[in-house]
Amino acid sequence: MRLRALPGEAWRSMGLNRLRTGLTMLGMVIGVGAVVLMLAVGDGARHTVNEQIRAMGSNLFLILSGASTSSGVRMGAGTKPTITRGDAEALARLPTLDGVAPVHSQTVQLAQGANNWSAQVYGVTPEFFPVRDWPAESGQLISESDLRSAARVVVLGQLVAKELFGADDPLGKTVRIKNLPFTVIGVAAAKGQSLTGRDQDDIAFVPLTTAQSKLFGVAFPGALSFMTVRAKSDELMEDAEADIRQTLRQRHRLMPGEDDDFTVRNLSSTAETAATTARVLTILLGTIASISLIVGGIGIMNIMLVSVTERTREIGIRMAVGARRRDILLQFLLEAILICAIGGVAGVALGIGGAWAISAFAGMDTVVTGTAIALAFAFSATTGIFFGWYPARKAAHMQPVEALRYE
Amino acid sequence: MAPGDDLVRVTRFSKHYEVPGGEPVPVLHAVELTIAAGEFVAIMGPSGSGKSTFMNLLGCLDTPSDGEYWLQGRNVAGLSADELAALRNRLIGFVFQGFNLLRRVSALDNVALPLLYAGVGRAERHARAQALLDQVGLGGRAKALPNQLSGGQQQRVAIARALACEPALILADEPTGNLDTHTSGEIMTLFTRLNAERGITVVVVTHEADIARYARRLVRFVDGRVAHDGEVTP
Repeated sequence: MRLRALPGEAWRSMGLNRLRTGLTMLGMVIGVGAVVLMLAVGDGARHTVNEQIRAMGSNLFLILSGASTSSGVRMGAGTKPTITRGDAEALARLPTLDGVAPVHSQTVQLAQGANNWSAQVYGVTPEFFPVRDWPAESGQLISESDLRSAARVVVLGQLVAKELFGADDPLGKTVRIKNLPFTVIGVAAAKGQSLTGRDQDDIAFVPLTTAQSKLFGVAFPGALSFMTVRAKSDELMEDAEADIRQTLRQRHRLMPGEDDDFTVRNLSSTAETAATTARVLTILLGTIASISLIVGGIGIMNIMLVSVTERTREIGIRMAVGARRRDILLQFLLEAILICAIGGVAGVALGIGGAWAISAFAGMDTVVTGTAIALAFAFSATTGIFFGWYPARKAAHMQPVEALRYE
Repeated sequence: MAPGDDLVRVTRFSKHYEVPGGEPVPVLHAVELTIAAGEFVAIMGPSGSGKSTFMNLLGCLDTPSDGEYWLQGRNVAGLSADELAALRNRLIGFVFQGFNLLRRVSALDNVALPLLYAGVGRAERHARAQALLDQVGLGGRAKALPNQLSGGQQQRVAIARALACEPALILADEPTGNLDTHTSGEIMTLFTRLNAERGITVVVVTHEADIARYARRLVRFVDGRVAHDGEVTP
């Protein structure tokens, strides 16, 4: 047979038994599609968590003021102002830390023209931005001179900028915070959701000094809401925490045995928990995907094997009229390859489409990786091609008369 | 030994089947037979006499356990599977009791199948297959699938397929076994015509004396041996 005639013969043969061809392809589509989709969801979850961890900054501690007590009812961390700028300056001298960002914050109303919006306003020092790894998208961030002069300047978070200015450029415009006019000097880059699901872009920054003296007032000079501090490295986290406790206890003159009047939270442990959860999710979805692959593979195998009887007789007839083994094998191999290729491509399309749908309608991040596609495709195609080819090989090695009589 | 003008010459032709865990079952015992080009031979014999096995061996669909087989002066015994396939393609046309047409494939494509393996191009394949269907009186049913045709029509498609590569030898194993008497007569007349007009050698296996009467020579098999070989007596 001319090689040229082979693809046509294989293609025609596929078209002649549409049910078998369709079912085999369906096996491929489902096997490949399920794996691509599952891995996309798993990788998406991991990607989201990684983004959040990166957005949060690494090796961070959150230091909150102690709990206040009102008529015997304890109010929770941060309700009683105990930490001060003096504490922050003391912590900044610790060798285990490389950044201290004191913050004085409140949720207040911001207004611009006819728009108004309630958001967290952080009074910060310039160090806040490198510690939280939070660059400006446009304009400037809070500077040392803004801090010294307690300037009435504000850096808006993405969401606040959008709520107050819409599509307009807010730079240089005036925003009223608690009715005081502030000049917008910058817009911070988008941060997205925190690990706890809060929108971190719903925020505005003013100099710490301005916040303390002009906006919120303070319970006592230098009082802070909280501090974010960063350890020099991952390995120093434990030492840093001990140093922080020791320094603050000393500065707050706490007796041994007395409770801390502040709270130190290790944010990396939150991140680790989230990362572990994402890993577990990926493993779980990967397992489901592997099972889909195996089930899809068995489906393909069954369809291929079930049609062996009919196909063995067909091979007998073809050999009786002069087909050589090579003609038979090439045709069946080509058929299997075509079925797997078409089914595989459809499966990949289904997986990508499904991932897109999940992103669009469930709001979940999905990441379709080339590895996932290659893995799903390779496994299903190997199964399909092997079980398409192997029975044909067996039949082609029979005597033609045996193949013709095959029951 | 030069087989001369003989189309088919078999000597000491034997076949036995291996049975797992048992003695080999002998089917043919040292058969000696010569068929000259242009003959019309009927092979008869009771069930199990080895006549179908003999046909399969003649058609190179199976290999003998022992003996020699000369086809058109070539010793078939030493040929590879691919060479046998080429031989079946160019020298031999088969007609089976069960027709053995490809299901789901049109009459035209069934007839064209041997041409595909002979390396004939698509357009010529279709033209020649159409001409062959015309010859067997089915020119109008080229697009029909086997299950849309009657038994007699299917057998005529099978004969057209057997003729596709202009074979020297047509082997028909119980070609009328699934057909009624009238259709059987038509099929046998077709064989007679092919034999008389084109000089194609025809070997028909049958167990019906009426069918055997269309041939000119009768070979009778009993227990794997040639028991009778002579002219057909009307």
